[in-house]
Amino acid sequence: MAQIVVKNVKKMFGDFTAVRESSFTIEDGEFFMLLGPSGCGKTTTLRMIAGLELPTSGEIYLDGEEISQKPPSERDIAFVFQMFALYPHMNVRKNISYPLISQGMPRAAVKNKVEEVAGILGIRDILDSPVGGLSGGDRQRVALGRAIVREPKAFMMDEPLGALDAEFREHMAEELRALHDRMGATTVYVTHDQLEAMQMGDKIVVMNNAVIEQFGTPQEIYDKPATMFVAGFIGSPSMNFLPFQSRLEAGSEMVRLNGHDEQVPKLLEGAEGELVFGARPEHVFLSDRSSYRAKVVAAEYLGTTQIVTLQSPNGEVKARIDARENVRLDEQVGLEFRSSAITLFEQSTGRALKSTLNEEVLGNG
Amino acid sequence: MSSFSVTEPSNRSKWIAGFLVISYALITMIPLVWILLTGFKSPADAISYPPKVVFDPTLEGYVNLFTTRTRQTQEFLNANPPQNWADEIVRQYDMVIVGPSKFGERFMNSVIIGFGSTFLSIFLGTLAAYAFSRFKVPLKDDLLFFILSTRMMPPVAVAIPIFLMFRNLGLSDTHLGMILLYTGVNISLAVWLLKGFIDEIPREYEEAALIDGYTRFQAFYKVVLPQAATGIASTAIFCLIFAWNEYAFAVLLTSATAQTAPPFIPTIIGVGGLDWPAVAAGATIFLIPVMIFTILMRKHLLRGITFGAVRK
Repeated sequence: MAQIVVKNVKKMFGDFTAVRESSFTIEDGEFFMLLGPSGCGKTTTLRMIAGLELPTSGEIYLDGEEISQKPPSERDIAFVFQMFALYPHMNVRKNISYPLISQGMPRAAVKNKVEEVAGILGIRDILDSPVGGLSGGDRQRVALGRAIVREPKAFMMDEPLGALDAEFREHMAEELRALHDRMGATTVYVTHDQLEAMQMGDKIVVMNNAVIEQFGTPQEIYDKPATMFVAGFIGSPSMNFLPFQSRLEAGSEMVRLNGHDEQVPKLLEGAEGELVFGARPEHVFLSDRSSYRAKVVAAEYLGTTQIVTLQSPNGEVKARIDARENVRLDEQVGLEFRSSAITLFEQSTGRALKSTLNEEVLGNG
Repeated sequence: MSSFSVTEPSNRSKWIAGFLVISYALITMIPLVWILLTGFKSPADAISYPPKVVFDPTLEGYVNLFTTRTRQTQEFLNANPPQNWADEIVRQYDMVIVGPSKFGERFMNSVIIGFGSTFLSIFLGTLAAYAFSRFKVPLKDDLLFFILSTRMMPPVAVAIPIFLMFRNLGLSDTHLGMILLYTGVNISLAVWLLKGFIDEIPREYEEAALIDGYTRFQAFYKVVLPQAATGIASTAIFCLIFAWNEYAFAVLLTSATAQTAPPFIPTIIGVGGLDWPAVAAGATIFLIPVMIFTILMRKHLLRGITFGAVRK
């Protein structure tokens, strides 16, 4: 069980920067998600913590000990690969006992430990079968077994559910989270699936283009995005972005959207020029009282809710509303926004403007 | 059940394919079968015309291959009755066996040099291929091209420089010299073939082993090597066949101590006239080790040839 501190870590591959100076702290026992689109540097970050890549500069602390230049075998970290990487020339039992054998554990102890782990994962009956014929889920369990059997200080998981089919993924995600809660081991989990990250993670780091965009709990990241990238990447459908031009003073609580005043959380900094008004679909309502009009372009029925796509003077807007509300195509409707949940961004940098909504989040961003 | 299928060959085409394959196999096997038969013929049967397919088998060829004999006077032959069945065979020509021939020794030379150079080629080739496959080697592409370029001319083209070099280094007619020479020729093949095989093994396996607490070298021989076994086996067969059959350098560089079987077998002809059965017997025995080796590796070889063509 361990705390992991990543401090100013940077990784270059030749001229290519895979990870720009990044710092974050993973607390003991946390289920920590590294989230981002492919090629953003999340896997490289994970591999640096595990020791499969050495950082170009910066430090990594595992329980206070600097490990960034140590070989993986001296780090006491387990790794679950996306393609599982079970040793194909060994059966399930040998695969799981392999990390114990390298530690020189006596034969009888290895046997007991493997049986115990197999019991936790429910794979006792396949212990003596070759890994070749196993189903995706069983392979996943064997890979997990190999990781947990030696009780490492931390687990690294590189898209462990990526190779499973959709139906099974859900089930395995629950199993993984349950396993984590039971063992309480620090886990770092890489994924590009924002739903998976929200669903399983205690904390999320969102990365893009080798840079950490935001770091926080799923709620913070969803409700108080620090950048337009995060706001767009998390949530489905993603946040609505309505561009407008304005000059705002610190302390203002109103913005003018195409001639209409909209209330926003009190700004704590001023801004000028191209700005963006960000509202999640569930914070958009249809209301006849509003004079901010938009035309209904499409409606997707989702059972309890529906996603209505509207054409507003500031661009396309999606609203998640009650499925029972009657919406007709091509109808002109009024739009209202939940003003307490609005985030304003600077168009050029994509940065969120500091307001009463997000001040404590942006402070540690 | 439909009688027509796009993917399954029809019965007729199966028959035609089978017929063609079997006839091809039979045609290519005729010379081998002929050598095998000739080994059991008497010298007279071996050169008779028209050629004899049915004949009285004799072990004369094999006896002549493994022994040296001298002609003796009738009194000597009468005074010394034949010692064993082999002696009896040579008595019909008024000869006695005076000792073993050099064939056994030459054959052992072939075994030492052939398997020695194969082992060395595979050993060095696997290490080099692994390094080229996994590590950032400066000038990697140029080095690989250089290694391949040693194969761009027939090895015999450099026979004279090698001859002079070997003489100056004292490697002429030594086992070590021949092992090094054949390794030098085979290593490019080994590196290139094995690199292909190792490239196909996902790195994650080694990384998993590194994480599991093994060193890089342990990960290499415990995880990579077993999976490269297919490639190693097929590469070993290619290397062994080359070293085993090599003739030109063996003639040029070996004579008294390190001579291999290929240059020795033809010299039988000069000794006791045109002793074709002995030559054929030598050729038959010479074939056996490579055949056994290939049969042992056959399963790997077949998998090796299709390796990489289809992703599991």
